[in-house]
Amino acid sequence: MATTITKTETLVGKRIRRKEDPRLITGTATYVDDIQMPGMHYAAILRSPHAAARIRSIRVGPALEHPGVVAVFTGKDVEGIGPVPCGASLPGLRVPYHSVLARDRVYFVGHPVAVVVARDRYIARDAVDRIEVDYEPLPAVSDPEKALEPGAPAVHPEWPDNIAFTYHQEAGDVDKAFAEAEVVVKQRIVSQRLIPTALETRGVVADWRSGERSLTIYSSTQIPHLMRTLVAQALGLPENRLRVVAPEVGGGFGSKLNVYAEEILMGFVAMKIGKPIKWIESRRENFLCTIHGRGHVDYFEIAGKRDGTILGLKLKLIQDLGAYHQLLTPAIPTLSVLMMPGIYRFRNIRADIIGVFTNCVPTDAYRGAGRPEATHGIERMVDMLAAEIGMDPAEIRFKNFVRPEEFPYETPTGLSYDTGNYAGALEKALEVAGYRQLREEQKKARQEGRLMGIGISTYGEICAFGPSPATPAGGWESATVRVEPTGKVTVLTGASPHGQGEETTFAQIVCDELGVDMDDVVVQHGDTAVVPYGIGTFGSRATAVGGTAVYYALQALKEKIKKFGATLLESDDVSFSGGVCVCNQTGRSVSLAEIAAASYRAAKLPPGTEPGLVSTYFWEPPNFTFPFGAHIVVTEVDRETGAVEIKRYVAVDDCGKVINPMLVDGQVHGGVAQGLGQALYEQAVYDENGQLVTGELTDYAIPKATMVPRIETAHTETPTPVNPLGIKGVGEAGTIACSPAVVNSVVDALSPLGVRHIDMPLTPEKLWRLIHKGGQA
Amino acid sequence: MIPQNFEYEAPRTLEEALQLLADGSAKPLAGGMSLIPLMKLRLAAPERVVDLGRIPGLSYVREEDGVIRIGAMTTHYEIESSPVLKARCPLLAATAAQIGDMQVRNVGTIGGSLAHADPAADYPAALLALEAQVRLARAGGERTVAIADFFTDVFTTALEPGEILREVIVPAEAPGTGVSYQKVAHPASGFAVVGIAVRLRRSQGKITLARLGVTGLAAKPFRALAAERLLEGSSATEADVRAAAGAVADGVEANSDLYASAEYRTHLARVYAARALRAALQAA
Repeated sequence: MATTITKTETLVGKRIRRKEDPRLITGTATYVDDIQMPGMHYAAILRSPHAAARIRSIRVGPALEHPGVVAVFTGKDVEGIGPVPCGASLPGLRVPYHSVLARDRVYFVGHPVAVVVARDRYIARDAVDRIEVDYEPLPAVSDPEKALEPGAPAVHPEWPDNIAFTYHQEAGDVDKAFAEAEVVVKQRIVSQRLIPTALETRGVVADWRSGERSLTIYSSTQIPHLMRTLVAQALGLPENRLRVVAPEVGGGFGSKLNVYAEEILMGFVAMKIGKPIKWIESRRENFLCTIHGRGHVDYFEIAGKRDGTILGLKLKLIQDLGAYHQLLTPAIPTLSVLMMPGIYRFRNIRADIIGVFTNCVPTDAYRGAGRPEATHGIERMVDMLAAEIGMDPAEIRFKNFVRPEEFPYETPTGLSYDTGNYAGALEKALEVAGYRQLREEQKKARQEGRLMGIGISTYGEICAFGPSPATPAGGWESATVRVEPTGKVTVLTGASPHGQGEETTFAQIVCDELGVDMDDVVVQHGDTAVVPYGIGTFGSRATAVGGTAVYYALQALKEKIKKFGATLLESDDVSFSGGVCVCNQTGRSVSLAEIAAASYRAAKLPPGTEPGLVSTYFWEPPNFTFPFGAHIVVTEVDRETGAVEIKRYVAVDDCGKVINPMLVDGQVHGGVAQGLGQALYEQAVYDENGQLVTGELTDYAIPKATMVPRIETAHTETPTPVNPLGIKGVGEAGTIACSPAVVNSVVDALSPLGVRHIDMPLTPEKLWRLIHKGGQA
Repeated sequence: MIPQNFEYEAPRTLEEALQLLADGSAKPLAGGMSLIPLMKLRLAAPERVVDLGRIPGLSYVREEDGVIRIGAMTTHYEIESSPVLKARCPLLAATAAQIGDMQVRNVGTIGGSLAHADPAADYPAALLALEAQVRLARAGGERTVAIADFFTDVFTTALEPGEILREVIVPAEAPGTGVSYQKVAHPASGFAVVGIAVRLRRSQGKITLARLGVTGLAAKPFRALAAERLLEGSSATEADVRAAAGAVADGVEANSDLYASAEYRTHLARVYAARALRAALQAA
């Protein structure tokens, strides 16, 4: 037997470069639009130019006559399929029938009306312009508060009040808290509509094999398995005859945590024409038809004492749902309510959600999904309370934080926070920022007439979705770990990472458990024909839930490895570590590769053991995880122009145990960039007729590299007992913490002028008006 | 994002290109940083596109007889980095450096940009301050037009059907000319919400020449003549700078959009005029 050097170096916790990056950086990754198939046809979709209209007639003849056009389908043709699924359920929820193509009416600009199928994508696009639709335009409403006014146009005529649902949650004695309060602060806070803007737009390829009666759908999605189930249902196809593949996915941020009309439609088209079909979303379609995020108008009231004690919080939440429910649309604002107390100890809360239909594209999960709105609300209200009683914003937070000894902490909204040291994270952030010094600098700046602001946001977030009873579709995750006959290791994960880096972090976990090299591990995902059923990547869950499944699969595998090792070593007393199985008596050893070969050769099986080295584990998490942190932002507002300059950005995030600090920093950087987008630049604007005014990247500003400041990252590490790795999740933290920190900073900068609150985005003109015009728009 | 069908021509000589363009039905392509997106959005649908990119001899920067001649197909990057322009016409080089992003500057050309005449483009401010001229060519002839007469309205120029912009002529600056281009870049498009180009000469403490070109503020770029008059002959004190900047939008109907109302845009123009004047004075 060979002597093998035992590997002792552990990889978990190390800054390891991503295995994914070479193919992404060199442009050799395979996205949906890179897929080519013999006989492939192309689809283009005619979309409504009206926010609300009756369809009197559709004339497809001129399109069909266009050379190269194979078929045109309209709403009448697809009556047997659909609807586009809504996976969320709430008591009394009104769910409009969401047909795959419009039937007699359109409900938002971009609503799909017809699909053209042609030999190439150019012909398809040209033919779209040849379809003649006779619309009778109807009054539309795009503002959720206006939609609630009496006499507003009804988005769905069957529900004239435009209310899809109401939702009430209450804990403690709110009326008493407010009656006993020494201070009550009220504020209307808008979390504006945002366009997720993944670099890769959506795209679908569908391939029907009539002989096998099987359909394969390639889609740029975060949830291939859930999509398989839901699209199979919508098409009336047995689920085991549908394969869904998520190839390389160029960003999702929640916008691809969905099942859209196009996936169902392309499956239908492929089956109709018997040829592979491709549809690639244009950027304009992406802005018009892929879900938007946020869309809150929140009326907050906070009650407190003059010593800074928070007593209670009330919230009336108006959620702009858009015209339909996409997969999770109505569930998103309920997450805001769950997290509305933030990381503070007060027990009295009351929340009322009104879900409102508008003639706009649906809102749904966008990075943070409900938690940024909640955090923005509580962190703004805490700052406003502090300002009202003249207390330092750091001090009021320290006073009200849930304390380290109070975990697990049962929140008034029914959650059980796992672990936390909120004061520790804020202390660290204050230290990194040099908070006391900054306040001195601010005094000096104010004397010089400069508008310098220091903003703090602490946050707690609900991550690692989640225990299955608390999620719409199961919250577990699956993993298979397979040692191949040559000793190479393949991991199949049901999480469907799309840029987050789990091909790297899961390999790190494998390397430490099996003692193999990073290059020996391949992590496969995103193909329902390859990977056992899984849930997907969203809600900062892939590593905390999917990684834990990998960990447990490895534990079972190691037992089996030891059994084969014991048989090979002819000993009952063996141990396995560092990639080697060692006989504790003789010191003789066999390598993992030798064990793997023997396990498949199966010449001599250990008693009661199957051949091969494969282990599958479906892990059900007992709870969510609750990461937290503190961000501090120093800004200066140009008094002449209202432009905001970020002078410092300090991010202290505690995501539990860290597997790869470089990837955690990357997630924080990306999250902060998107938070800055909301705070400073982004807003999806519909005019009163329901036309999307910010319909292109030339109008809708996402932050570019030059617009993102240097981010000073630091961490505290408070492991969670929810999983054996102690990890919590970090995908959304930056976004959640950023926008309130920036707004608190700018409000602080303008506070000498009497400014108490500013709604996002903090555009220069808005601030200039506050500075020079007393806030008059 | 798929344009309508069009014919594509890539002539190898200017004469051939001018023939192809002569009847005015074809659209010249000179970099395509504006035309191609418009075609992809189907806001422009020319039946024929004549690519000027393969014609040798349209990309150059050369100084002769006290002027600098710039070929229409010279890219923004070539202008930004041209040693001749950096030394002898730094305002134009500095302006080119603020256009779009690196990718755009590597492909977009000065001729293409000027002929497109976007009211928020950067070059016009500098070229107006420089009192540049443009040479326009058509089959069988050419003419030279002052830049102030070239821009006639939003996306509209003095170019006649069949005519292309062939060359830009700017003065080779005397040493001691103070220049500055200051812009507010739109956070999404990078275009100038307002852009102010300033060119100043001073002698014995008095301003002898003041030129202010303004872009982004109005339907077409313009020279702020009132501001220039206030400066020339003055000692360029801070009060003079403020008075001139205050006059930069006189008589102008300001643009208004989602990002900047007419009132705010006018205010920005005044603030940035003052900033550009102060920066130019440092060098003058």
